[in-house]
Amino acid sequence: MTVIDRDNTILGPPALDPRDRGGPAQPMLIVRDLKKHFPVKGSRGKSVQAVDGVSFDVTKGETLGIVGESGCGKSTLARLLLHLIVPDAGELVFDGDAVNAPDGIRVDALRRQVQMVFQDSYASLNPRMPIRDSVAFGPFIQGKRKPAAREVARDTLRKVGLDPELFGPRYPHELSGGQKQRVNIARALATGPRMVILDEPVSALDKSVEAQVLNLLRALKRQFNLTYLFISHDLSVVRYISDRVLVMYLGRVVELGSVDAIFDEPQHPYTRALLASRPSMDPARRIDEPPITGDPPNPIDPPVGCRFHTRCPFAEPVCRTRDPALGYWQGDKAHAAACHMLDPRSGHRRSRDA
Amino acid sequence: MADIAELRKPLEAFEEQVAPATRVRGYWQSVLYRLRHDPVTLAFGAVVLLIVVLAIVAPLVAPFDPYKESIVGRLKPFGWHEHLLGTDELGRDMLSRLLYGGRVSLLMGVVPVLIASIVGGLLGIVGGFAGGRINTAIMRTMDVFYAFPSVLLAVAIAGAMGGGIGNGMVALTMVFIPPMCRVAETATTQVRALDYIEAARATGAGPIKIIRYHVLSNVLGPVFIYASSLVSVSILLASGLSFLGLGVRPPMPDWGLMLSTLRQSIYVVPFVCAVPGVAIFVTSICFNLVSDGLRAAMDVRI
Amino acid sequence: MSFYILRRILYAIPIAFGVSVVCFSLVYIAPGDPLQTVMPPDATAETIAIVKKAYGFDKPLPMQFLIWLGRVLTGDFGMSISTRRPVFLEVSEALANTSLLALFAVPLAFFTGYVMGAIAGCFPGRWVDRLVTGAAVVGVSLPNYWLGIVLVIFFAVEYMLLPATGMGPTGSTGFHILEWSSARFLVLPVITLSMIPVGILSRTTRAAVAEVRNQEFVQTLRAKGLSEWAVTRHVLKNSLPQVMAVMGLQFGYLLGGSILVETVFTWPGSGFLLSKAIINRDVPVLQGTILTLSLVFVATNLVVDLLQSLIDPRIRRA
Repeated sequence: MTVIDRDNTILGPPALDPRDRGGPAQPMLIVRDLKKHFPVKGSRGKSVQAVDGVSFDVTKGETLGIVGESGCGKSTLARLLLHLIVPDAGELVFDGDAVNAPDGIRVDALRRQVQMVFQDSYASLNPRMPIRDSVAFGPFIQGKRKPAAREVARDTLRKVGLDPELFGPRYPHELSGGQKQRVNIARALATGPRMVILDEPVSALDKSVEAQVLNLLRALKRQFNLTYLFISHDLSVVRYISDRVLVMYLGRVVELGSVDAIFDEPQHPYTRALLASRPSMDPARRIDEPPITGDPPNPIDPPVGCRFHTRCPFAEPVCRTRDPALGYWQGDKAHAAACHMLDPRSGHRRSRDA
Repeated sequence: MADIAELRKPLEAFEEQVAPATRVRGYWQSVLYRLRHDPVTLAFGAVVLLIVVLAIVAPLVAPFDPYKESIVGRLKPFGWHEHLLGTDELGRDMLSRLLYGGRVSLLMGVVPVLIASIVGGLLGIVGGFAGGRINTAIMRTMDVFYAFPSVLLAVAIAGAMGGGIGNGMVALTMVFIPPMCRVAETATTQVRALDYIEAARATGAGPIKIIRYHVLSNVLGPVFIYASSLVSVSILLASGLSFLGLGVRPPMPDWGLMLSTLRQSIYVVPFVCAVPGVAIFVTSICFNLVSDGLRAAMDVRI
Repeated sequence: MSFYILRRILYAIPIAFGVSVVCFSLVYIAPGDPLQTVMPPDATAETIAIVKKAYGFDKPLPMQFLIWLGRVLTGDFGMSISTRRPVFLEVSEALANTSLLALFAVPLAFFTGYVMGAIAGCFPGRWVDRLVTGAAVVGVSLPNYWLGIVLVIFFAVEYMLLPATGMGPTGSTGFHILEWSSARFLVLPVITLSMIPVGILSRTTRAAVAEVRNQEFVQTLRAKGLSEWAVTRHVLKNSLPQVMAVMGLQFGYLLGGSILVETVFTWPGSGFLLSKAIINRDVPVLQGTILTLSLVFVATNLVVDLLQSLIDPRIRRA
């Protein structure tokens, strides 16, 4: 199987990692029906349905972008994948092994192969620890002795473009936003993972720095044969870096497909509205009406049926009662969407023309 | 969108060109730096040091034996027969008794705070890190002790146990554990919610390692600042206990006890009787001001 | 809103329970046989046996606690070893005398502390501010009983203006508050007692006033054209809740700190009662006084919290 880079360079078969168990055809990660509800303090029985039945696959070597508005559950999903939050229901299969199952892979073994890059909030790094110790902490925890861990930290810092002699002994408050984010990346890479989950890694950065970091991420991915799960609310960033895109709304997947398919031919009305709400660079093309109105409904009391029906211009009675299934309509095996308008058996008026 | 040719360049192209501008200075070094440039705190710190040194070398420096009584030389004013600060109601030299009394007062000021910091700090860290029911259980227990005014609690415990220097220290320790616990718990809860703790968890670190490497260094600061402000309170409370007869037992010299026994004699030599109080006041205020200076140096948001 | 009030009151109940447990166990941390601590030294064997049964010393600990709790709730705090009078009587009389001190000390401390702190807060950095801050630091570093002694030395010994000790020329029974011959005994104790609260209150007020002044709405008021005095009135009003919270705590201090001051001035209040009980090893009185004082403290905190929630609507939602 050949890997084709985003700019259509054929790179040849990816080098197989010695830890690889399932082979190139086995998805790196399979997520089935993942659920996480947070009980609301005080109100009995009610809960925030942060992630409610999410399913998708991540192919080895790809970058899967996850987009959605605030509160759609992206960050919760990221933490569920690493078992930083324990899921209420659902299955996680990493390289063929079920996570946290008796015959599968244990959580701490999972954490040696999957790591996470956090958003550069003001406290993504311990303010009392010099940079080199923050980066060396991961290898140290995973068994290396302190000198060896420091050596790994030095190497990793060099790889992200920071001179370890210059930056190693410094403290986070002495670094700029872009530098701190490189340190976050180094911290994630120091343990040698095969897959990296990036939760809004460039959202807090200035645009120019954002571009540098994104390019760094792409180069690192190639050099170390990584698989990325890239979470963001910024559509242009997701378009730039992803191979495939997953769109989330209120804890559910509404659309999933290759980046070109999603951006050029979106199927779900929510995706269409998101894409339409980007201002155009051409001053002649102005939008008069907002493509999407209203606030996202309360995740504590999600609407019955299709979650989007309260804001959907095409909502019909069937949308208010039945959950649309995430299916591969329109013949494309790689592009799925969850909308009654695409399902010929849903009873939606528009579905008959689909 | 970035130039595609950029991506073909080797990784060296991403080398960070901008170096950080400041000198390498860790947190504790910056604290020392600020302290060095704070004349008020340094001055009072010197006085504290002097008091501590005098207390330690009291046996070498005291002009007289603090226990030696004299029937003739009772309640003499300042300067009588080389007794610089006069004599007390049993004829003992005031200056020597002050110096020796400093040992007891400092001991009863520092030891309870130290023990309370360790015990209360540990409880607070455990509660703050564990969260949930454990935290609630610990904090509610502390709340019960908080329901007593501190003087009352100290008197209650020391009084019930029967007084004496040991029981006094136990009482003071019990008084200080709840506030130390609260300070540690608040700091731990704040730190626990931050991203770098989650990142540490993501590498597979267990709670003990996380506390040791990430939580402790961030909680130690607030705990230390608060503890330093408690020392002057402890000195005052300890002297109060001795004044009521609950602390040190006679004839051991202690500033509070001296004030109590000299009370009857204020009509004879009023100024001599007031002297132990001056010692308490000076010690307490110096510790107070040094603690304020420490807080100013350490409590900076970086 | 009433939900918050209810919750707050309910919260006070386990605290009060915990307080009673601590007071109960005071008898048991005392050295020696707990039975001996509640009996006068010359009690006969049969008295001891009767008391033993009545107090339930032969029963297991939790049982003893419940018996004790039952007695306490009916007002039976036991008998004082030294005076043979019911503890309840002794404590209530003493508490009345302490309340008299507190009645004068609280407004004095509040008024003085608040004014000092407000002035300092309105002119931060100037000499007034430094003076007030310095006075506050001195106030909390001074042993208050020593201040009492110094005041006595000055006013009673050297200059003989005010009495040194006692409550009234004939003791507490002949005390007439409206006559100067009695009331002059109040002056020194009240001043001494207010010292530490003044220090703490002025520091708190200064911080609160300075903080409120820096908030944006103050600048808005000035921009609207309000006079400086009117702006200051707004600032003071907004800083009041924080100060009141601390004031409530200071009342608790007065309950505890009165021990030392009353001992110095031989004022027959609850603090002096406590001090006598310690000297006489009169554990029933010790227990009864501490229990009463702490429960009063818990009740005071409750009242202050509720008052605060009435004044400051932000707290209600918490």
